[in-house]
Amino acid sequence: MSASVGTTAARPSHLAPPRWRPVFGSWLTAYKRTWRGSIFGRFLSPLMFLLSIGLGLGSLVNKSSGGVNGVPYLQFVVPGILAAQSMWVAMGESTYPVMGAIRWNAKYHAMLATPVGINDILFGHLLYVALQVTSATVIFILVAALFGSFGSWWVLLALPVTILTGMAFAVPVFAFSAIQEGPDNFNILFRFIMTPLFLFSGIFFPVSQLPGFLRPVAWVMPLWHGVQADRSLALGSPDFAAIAAHTAYLLVVIAVGAWLAHRAFTKRLVV
Amino acid sequence: MTHPDADLLLYATGLTKSFGSFTAVDGIDFAVERGESFGFLGPNGAGKSSTMKMVGCVSPVTGGELRVFGQDPATHGPQIRARLGVVPQKDTLDEELSVEENLWIYGRYFGLSQHEVRVRTTELLDFAQLTDRAKSTVEPLSGGMKRRLTIARSLISRPEILLLDEPTTGLDPQARHVLWDRLFRLKRSGVTLVLTTHYMDEAEQLCDRLVVMDHGKIVAQGSPRSLITEYSTREVLELRFDTDDHAQHGKALAGIGERIEVLPDRLLVYTKDGDAAAAEVHQRGVRPLSALVRRSTLEDVFLHLTGRTLID
Repeated sequence: MSASVGTTAARPSHLAPPRWRPVFGSWLTAYKRTWRGSIFGRFLSPLMFLLSIGLGLGSLVNKSSGGVNGVPYLQFVVPGILAAQSMWVAMGESTYPVMGAIRWNAKYHAMLATPVGINDILFGHLLYVALQVTSATVIFILVAALFGSFGSWWVLLALPVTILTGMAFAVPVFAFSAIQEGPDNFNILFRFIMTPLFLFSGIFFPVSQLPGFLRPVAWVMPLWHGVQADRSLALGSPDFAAIAAHTAYLLVVIAVGAWLAHRAFTKRLVV
Repeated sequence: MTHPDADLLLYATGLTKSFGSFTAVDGIDFAVERGESFGFLGPNGAGKSSTMKMVGCVSPVTGGELRVFGQDPATHGPQIRARLGVVPQKDTLDEELSVEENLWIYGRYFGLSQHEVRVRTTELLDFAQLTDRAKSTVEPLSGGMKRRLTIARSLISRPEILLLDEPTTGLDPQARHVLWDRLFRLKRSGVTLVLTTHYMDEAEQLCDRLVVMDHGKIVAQGSPRSLITEYSTREVLELRFDTDDHAQHGKALAGIGERIEVLPDRLLVYTKDGDAAAAEVHQRGVRPLSALVRRSTLEDVFLHLTGRTLID
């Protein structure tokens, strides 16, 4: 060991906390400025969906066809919207903030000048996104439960599945956002990918109602898997084999996304 | 260990950085010892920032050898960065957070405890003369204040080397002097400073030793004084004429001083005795708009070595 090592001010590595923790902490510190508004919005958003689609549109559907396959429309649609909201929150957190931290405020660059590395930046930030998705999902489930939207306590298991659904978008979108020069492509992402997914992933009606050529699109994207698993749990007679398959699919998307995100971050930040 | 000398903090031989076919840093050699204040002087695009990023272990070395604290950045990046303080060319402060929050967050990246970070923040805000702005968000602060905050932030880990990439570029003269004063205090307290600049007055004020860079290469090195002695004369006579082309006046002045440089807006006569040269100019019947005798600076060294001025 070189004599100069003894003079370092840092703590010995076996005592040092993992380096993703201060990264997570820094995003959390920034959130402290806006958390009130964000929590308020998260109560408001499920309320609006429940009143308009769940109860308003639902009463029409129930009257004319007795719900969807015998399930009251509120109970059919709410697990789907739960999964979709997780996607929206994940998208919001993984587009502008990621691009901004690279191109606008150089937040990641500041971190990289310290012992923090690419893996720490990715993991710490993704953990923060997961926290946001979790908070939105918990609030949604609470509000929806008050309206009697769920048929069973199994809905509690929908919490982890919904978080995975959000992360199956957040992680690959981290890779996408890292390579953007500006926000232009985000509008395309929101308008031409997220909105169609929201409409055609079996949230408002079963995918079997779609024209045949559109169904595989729904099957490939993570949202449909989250919707199916959440609905199966929320309705109270879960098909665990199917839920396991959907969950496995979400995990694969997250793993591939993580590989892509690591590549994109390295390419943009280590030059 | 290749370099067991504990006081040799920085060591580079044949250090190279390429981006595709463009070579930003072209095989440079330098060494910095503990307690030194070392500068890279050169115009924009000389390769100064690329060198700093390699030393800061955020940009991989393309070729050559680089050792920081005797360690290889490729294998010991985090360990090296734990002992460096970095002041990047462009501030990377979190503008939406408060001054003190910026320091707290940054200290945590180094694994410092919450308590330790707060104690050091109080000291550093005092050092940076920002104590009364501690709770203010960063966004409305002046450029000089932000720069001082960036320096305070870089000191939170008590680094052994402070890397400053163009510390005062874009600041007004008063803010620059405040900053120089702070850096001078650090230097006196024994912190090793490594800085880049394209201001020759900054290099003269702060650097014990410097290298002059141009097009990715080191073209000269030494102390500011020795560089001036070696590459310039004691005094310079600056002549301005009422003309579009200063070159045409060069001929009339031939033989005065040791050397004459023609710039777009003036003529520089390099000489031991500026007043004597001015008298001779007058004697030859040449009537410039203005004649100014000044002492040689690093700008003259750079001009002599590269034929160009530092800031163009």
